[in-house]
Amino acid sequence: MNASVITKAVLEQHKLSEEEYKKILEILGREPNWTELGMFSAMWSEHCSYKSSRIHLKKLPTTGPRVVQGPGENAGVVDIGDGLCAVFKMESHNHPSFIEPYQGAATGVGGILRDIFTMGARPIALLNSLRFGGLDNANTRHLLKGVVSGIAGYGNCMGVPTVGGEIVFNDIYALNPLVNVFCLGIAKRDKIFLGKAAGVGNPVIYFGSKTGRDGIHGATMASDSFDEEAAQKRPTVQVGDPFTEKLLLEACLELMSGDCLVGIQDMGAAGLTSSACEMASREGTGVELDLAQVPRREPGMTPYEVMLSESQERMLMVATAGREDEVIKICRKWDLDVAVIGRVTDTGKVVLTENGQVVAEVPAKALADEGPRYDRPSAPPAYQDMLQALNYDALPDVKDANAALLALLDSPTIASKRWVYEQYDHMVRTNTMVRPGSDAAVLRVKGTNKALALSVDCNARYCLLNPYEGAKIAIAECARNLACSGAEPIGVTDCLNFGNPQRPEVMWQFLLAIEGLKDACEAMNVPIVSGNVSFYNETNDLSIYPTPMIGMVGLIEPADRAVTQWFKQNGDAIILLGNTREDLGGTEYLKVLHHREQGSPPLLNLDTEKAVQACTIHLIREGLVQSAHDCSDGGLAVALAECCISGSGERLGAMVQLSLDGLRRDALLFGESQSRILLSVKPHQEERVLSLAKEAAVPAAKIGTVGGNRLVVQVAGDQRIAGCTVDQELTALHEQWARAIPRALGQD
Amino acid sequence: MKIGVVVFPGSNCDHDCQYIFQDVLGQKVEMVWHKETLRPGLDAILLPGGFSYGDYLRTGAIARFSPVMTAVKAFANKGGLVMGICNGFQILLEAGLLPGVMLRNTSLNFICKDVFVKVENAATRFTNHCESGQVLKIPIAHADGNYYTDPVTLGGIKANAQVVFRYCTAEGKVTPEANPNGSLDNIAGIMNAEGNVLGMMPHPERCAETVLGNEAGRLIFLSMLETLHKPQLTVV
Repeated sequence: MNASVITKAVLEQHKLSEEEYKKILEILGREPNWTELGMFSAMWSEHCSYKSSRIHLKKLPTTGPRVVQGPGENAGVVDIGDGLCAVFKMESHNHPSFIEPYQGAATGVGGILRDIFTMGARPIALLNSLRFGGLDNANTRHLLKGVVSGIAGYGNCMGVPTVGGEIVFNDIYALNPLVNVFCLGIAKRDKIFLGKAAGVGNPVIYFGSKTGRDGIHGATMASDSFDEEAAQKRPTVQVGDPFTEKLLLEACLELMSGDCLVGIQDMGAAGLTSSACEMASREGTGVELDLAQVPRREPGMTPYEVMLSESQERMLMVATAGREDEVIKICRKWDLDVAVIGRVTDTGKVVLTENGQVVAEVPAKALADEGPRYDRPSAPPAYQDMLQALNYDALPDVKDANAALLALLDSPTIASKRWVYEQYDHMVRTNTMVRPGSDAAVLRVKGTNKALALSVDCNARYCLLNPYEGAKIAIAECARNLACSGAEPIGVTDCLNFGNPQRPEVMWQFLLAIEGLKDACEAMNVPIVSGNVSFYNETNDLSIYPTPMIGMVGLIEPADRAVTQWFKQNGDAIILLGNTREDLGGTEYLKVLHHREQGSPPLLNLDTEKAVQACTIHLIREGLVQSAHDCSDGGLAVALAECCISGSGERLGAMVQLSLDGLRRDALLFGESQSRILLSVKPHQEERVLSLAKEAAVPAAKIGTVGGNRLVVQVAGDQRIAGCTVDQELTALHEQWARAIPRALGQD
Repeated sequence: MKIGVVVFPGSNCDHDCQYIFQDVLGQKVEMVWHKETLRPGLDAILLPGGFSYGDYLRTGAIARFSPVMTAVKAFANKGGLVMGICNGFQILLEAGLLPGVMLRNTSLNFICKDVFVKVENAATRFTNHCESGQVLKIPIAHADGNYYTDPVTLGGIKANAQVVFRYCTAEGKVTPEANPNGSLDNIAGIMNAEGNVLGMMPHPERCAETVLGNEAGRLIFLSMLETLHKPQLTVV
């Protein structure tokens, strides 16, 4: 290829700056050819190189006594005892899902599953965090349906249950939805596989689907903002085939049960380019690949296309020399394409040949690890003060608490997500002890007396209003969800969704969020073992709210101690742990009832949070708790309603008395003060629970009793205004909450 | 007892079936790869749920051509116990071992949830641990569970008491509202005329352990084991 082809326009197409191009010239000591330019473009994209985030991510706590593998591999690994490990990670597939919701979401699931089984783990659970615009928008309804069926189509076919997740609807995501997928697998402690090309002379083997022309430059597309032309990027979205992936999964695990495998990595973003150079770079070796051996879907593909294709369901492995036949036999058993395409070398280079000609020769480390690093400028947005300023005096207090509660239960963000999770197989593999619809999903670990609790969470509105506090709350709330099932957090994965990092205000949000995550993880003593950054979530110059999504894994032992959020028995005492303050800023109540997304997010004291969670876990392990539920979106009134109506069995009402203690009525009922958990306990254990809470210095008070077919919440000292009492039949509350999403979709 | 669990490419409830018989019920289990044949010594054959061949073309339509199916048919024709769950049921229909076909759910969506089924016939080799009319809570998880057949066949299987399970309310009423997928006559499970081949859409292997909060499915597996322990009931 004539070097003069590389013009400014070509660099622009490849999203490489002139500065970055100069660095490529330095590394190679010559001009790159077309294939090499494409490889640099993909590997140095934001998506693959983390060039804007890498220096900041180093601040996060990533170590701990349980950590077997921290960030940098395909997934994080945490020891759970009994010779087993939990292997997990969360990843985004936002951009493809906006362009083509079904395939975008489906291949997101496919990608995260490969990350997990590549490590030697059998995937046992999927969760997802989704963000969409309002459901009054026809395109949003199309996106929601497409994304949900894409996740279902892929996960169900794979036989990996989708056991939970969360969805928030907010207009800010209308043109930039978020699809974040979390996967957890279980591996034997002594059978963890890494993506390394070790052993000079060992064969490099390609297996899985054939390589086609789909998804070329997917990584680069995912590192760019969107405009009206987004639909034209559809060819960069890959098409998933869960059936082939299922075969790939079983073939991988069969290969891993033997001893012929040296290293393995899936071909995700940047396809063969990333797997080849990352595997070599990690081990300090090189690889030489003969592209003519790569199984192809169609003839005439150029080296550029072969190296940058993001065709799905493909793997690259290094096996022990001389054991090629064993590998090939297992792949053929599962009807997969397989080919020895090269060897490990000691040159430190990725050398590509085709028909005896060298078509590319690039140092592996330069591609994988020596990409640009930016410490981009940051500054608070001009509107930040306005966002945080909220004059409560100008805000009328709630006049009709019943109506406000019903409006909140009708908000799709709060409403039941049954329409979604019934489309996901959430029981296959028969581990699901707590199904979707409680604070956390709980899965037993077969062969042990343990269970794992899983939760994903992030309140992005809090993060918009105060990125530091918002990120802290995301960690705290996720851990609180786990605590409500009786689980102690053991590891975190994150998926940091932000706007364009070249905007100082986005970088400001990012930096503060990292600080918040760091402080909260350190305080809660839980390491971040894997993660993903998704920048450029902006369309037509409008950035999404900063959305640092958190996935957290907790351990329950013994497994049968796990509890759920709904009330269990008439006569049980309802106890509230934690204090209620005047925390109205950034609440769902303000958004739904007053159409404002303003104020300061609730104050979080990490010491109080830790004490409340530790106390809850202790009470649950002592067998003193019938149900436990986190107070979050919609505050105490919504949490109480959920305790009454979210169970699948008989619905139980409650009679609750609260006292105002100088608070606004709306803050008392719908404020989102942190570090609060609603418990129900058997009447004869009420005293014991209250005294244990007192010993632990955790504020606790009995606020009511379970029973009847109504939810009644009276506010003492405020009887003069009838409107501030909640008094609703459970059937009315349930109807409102359960049917809200089908109603909004016109399917009621 | 030794149970053979057939593994098609795309089967995904094979391990769950293995776990129930081996780890929960203490029986021997042999996993049978679809490209192979049945080895002697198997007492019953299970076709598990999943997406054999990715459900491409039509559920079960390709799996019926898997090499192992010749042996499965021969096993069934000799009177051996064969049970198909979900995709296994779909394969039995496509293979002609049971009458009828599966259509897409009327909602067009995949549905995963607990349903109630009524035991219409408790005098079978798969339900002898149940009471007649007993209501079982068992989960379903499928996109194509809308059973259909022609009126003559339907009349025949009803007259012959081959309808084993029907979708019902918690109280045991067989109503249209209790039908999750639109299946003809609320049919959730049927057997062949000889009574040795059963197909059912609900997943009993997902509700046969205390830790999962529901043991209704255990009754079906215990019934099978009971049948196998009393050889006069089977004619292998």
